[in-house]
Amino acid sequence: MANLVEASGLVKRYREVTALDGLDLAVAEGSVLGLLGPNGAGKTTAVSILATLLEPDAGSARVAGIDVRSRPRDVRRRIGLSGQFAAVDEHLTGFENLVMVGRLYHLGRHRARARAGELLELFDLAEAGGRPVKTYSGGMRRRLDLAGALVAAPPVLFLDEPTTGLDPQGRRQLWEVIRGMVGGGTTVLLTTQYLEEADQLADRILVIDHGRAIAEGTADELKSRIGAERIEVTVTDGAALEPARAALARFAVGEQLADGRSRTLITPIAGGAPVLAAALHELAQAHIAVRDVGLRRPTLDDVFLTLTGHVSAPEENGQ
Amino acid sequence: MKALSHAVSDAAVIAWRNVIKIKRVPDVLVFVLISPIMFVLLFAFVFGNSINIPGGSYREFLIAGIFAQTVVFGATFTGAGLAEDIQKGIINRFRALPMSRSALLVGRTVSDVVYNALSLLIMALTGLVVGWGISSSVLDAVAGFALLLAFAYAFSWVMAYVGLLVPSVEVINNASFMVTMPLTFVANTFVPAENLPPVLRTFALWNPVSAVTQATRELFGNIPPGTAPPEAWPLQHPVLYTLLWAVLLVAVFAPLAVHRYRTSGRRA
Ligand SMILES: Nc1ncnc2c1ncn2[C@@H]1O[C@H](COP(=O)(O)OP(=O)(O)OP(=O)(O)O)[C@@H](O)[C@H]1O
Ligand SMILES: [Mg+2]
Repeated sequence: MANLVEASGLVKRYREVTALDGLDLAVAEGSVLGLLGPNGAGKTTAVSILATLLEPDAGSARVAGIDVRSRPRDVRRRIGLSGQFAAVDEHLTGFENLVMVGRLYHLGRHRARARAGELLELFDLAEAGGRPVKTYSGGMRRRLDLAGALVAAPPVLFLDEPTTGLDPQGRRQLWEVIRGMVGGGTTVLLTTQYLEEADQLADRILVIDHGRAIAEGTADELKSRIGAERIEVTVTDGAALEPARAALARFAVGEQLADGRSRTLITPIAGGAPVLAAALHELAQAHIAVRDVGLRRPTLDDVFLTLTGHVSAPEENGQ
Repeated sequence: MKALSHAVSDAAVIAWRNVIKIKRVPDVLVFVLISPIMFVLLFAFVFGNSINIPGGSYREFLIAGIFAQTVVFGATFTGAGLAEDIQKGIINRFRALPMSRSALLVGRTVSDVVYNALSLLIMALTGLVVGWGISSSVLDAVAGFALLLAFAYAFSWVMAYVGLLVPSVEVINNASFMVTMPLTFVANTFVPAENLPPVLRTFALWNPVSAVTQATRELFGNIPPGTAPPEAWPLQHPVLYTLLWAVLLVAVFAPLAVHRYRTSGRRA
């Protein structure tokens, strides 16, 4: 199947910061690519380039087969963008915002109004649709912004952290909407900080850090690389970390990671609660004093720990 | 052909978006409707009797100056509106839409013509109440208002460009005063330019705001009979001089602003 989004060797520098450092990516028609990465990884920069807001310093990108640098207007006709920060007009009502976007996609007055009504309904904003956006909550703005991306029912959607700021119900609703769009043939590139979200929505996941791809695959492939669940044990005495590691080694399905500073040991396991119980028993047998223990699903941090061998560097990015 | 009709309809959508804010945003209402009334009343009553104009009344003289000053101040609004669009991030929505690349700017400057027309209407009505009048023909009066609006439109492109350069609305509101105050005070707006000290006088005589004011006074018939004709060329041909400036400002600043809008690397 053809790739509706394709980028190769994207480089973008801001003075001394290299936001993108030779990024390649591809999204097959009708599929969802989840772009996963910590703060400052370059997700927004990548989306901005693909959505024609930014020009790369090097590399090339095609969206719906069209070069983003040489024919940005033609690209814009075929994409919907919902950026990381809601881009809506505070003083217009929700309805007026969507009508304006529809008219700027050249839908025509009548179609633009009809479409605005449909989308307000779809995003649970029908009641608030007649109120100025400045009276909306953060989650409502976010939903309105997402609705704006769908106005022209574009073949390609770019969603930058679409569910950040939504409550769990709103998040689930949005997932449904996105699945519906993909079912209808839309191609989606979405960024997220949550592995679970990528897991729910994405056909393929691209993990990036420091502007470079560090892993790619389906959610299952990535998970099998990092283990499905992990036991996290914090010991009372740092000296007990090594004995704890030894005690739990036989449960590990992947590499164990010990962090001396937080006196925490992470052991990837398979088998869930019974294994946890057995592990606790093992620790008690070895007389290791445990301060805290828990069974966790893998997080983005675990992906990074495993893929890069270090905790993702905390970035101070001035947003 | 299609591109042109899109450019027009896109700009119209943006203009509509700005115009409906008059009834929604108190700041806009105050700026467009209330403060012009204040200007007319304050100047008419505070200075109205203290400055003498040979052969005429100061209020007659003053009103055209206030008109010119108000439309020049109004241009700041254009820049502030664009700076706000950037600050609030909505510019990213526009930049990712297939709209004409001049639409945001054309729409903004056009909606500000609507604002200026409303301001002028309100000021003219207030002026009539405090004793100002038009003693020329209807056609001349219409030409006077049209010239004010044309100059205001051109000047708003200057501020549109500035609005795209500055980091925030506050900056443009403060910085623009450094331009609009000298432009509107070192002119024949409130006192005859001939009365100013030499350096300021030269500036005032060539200042386009003086020409707009002079042209408006002539077109409204607000110049007392027997007044000596101005000695500087710009004020002898104020309509032509104003139009030349208007064309020049648009020719320079519209392309600059559109270029800046297109290339400013804002982020999603
Ligand atoms: N306009 C800019 N000027 C300077 N540096 C920038 C600019 N925009 C981004 N950066 C830097 O580029 C890097 C990538 O930023 P980007 O916003 O793409 O990251 P991100 O993955 O979207 O992060 P987040 O999860 O916080 O949204 C960061 O180090 C950031 O500080
Ligand atoms: Mg981001």
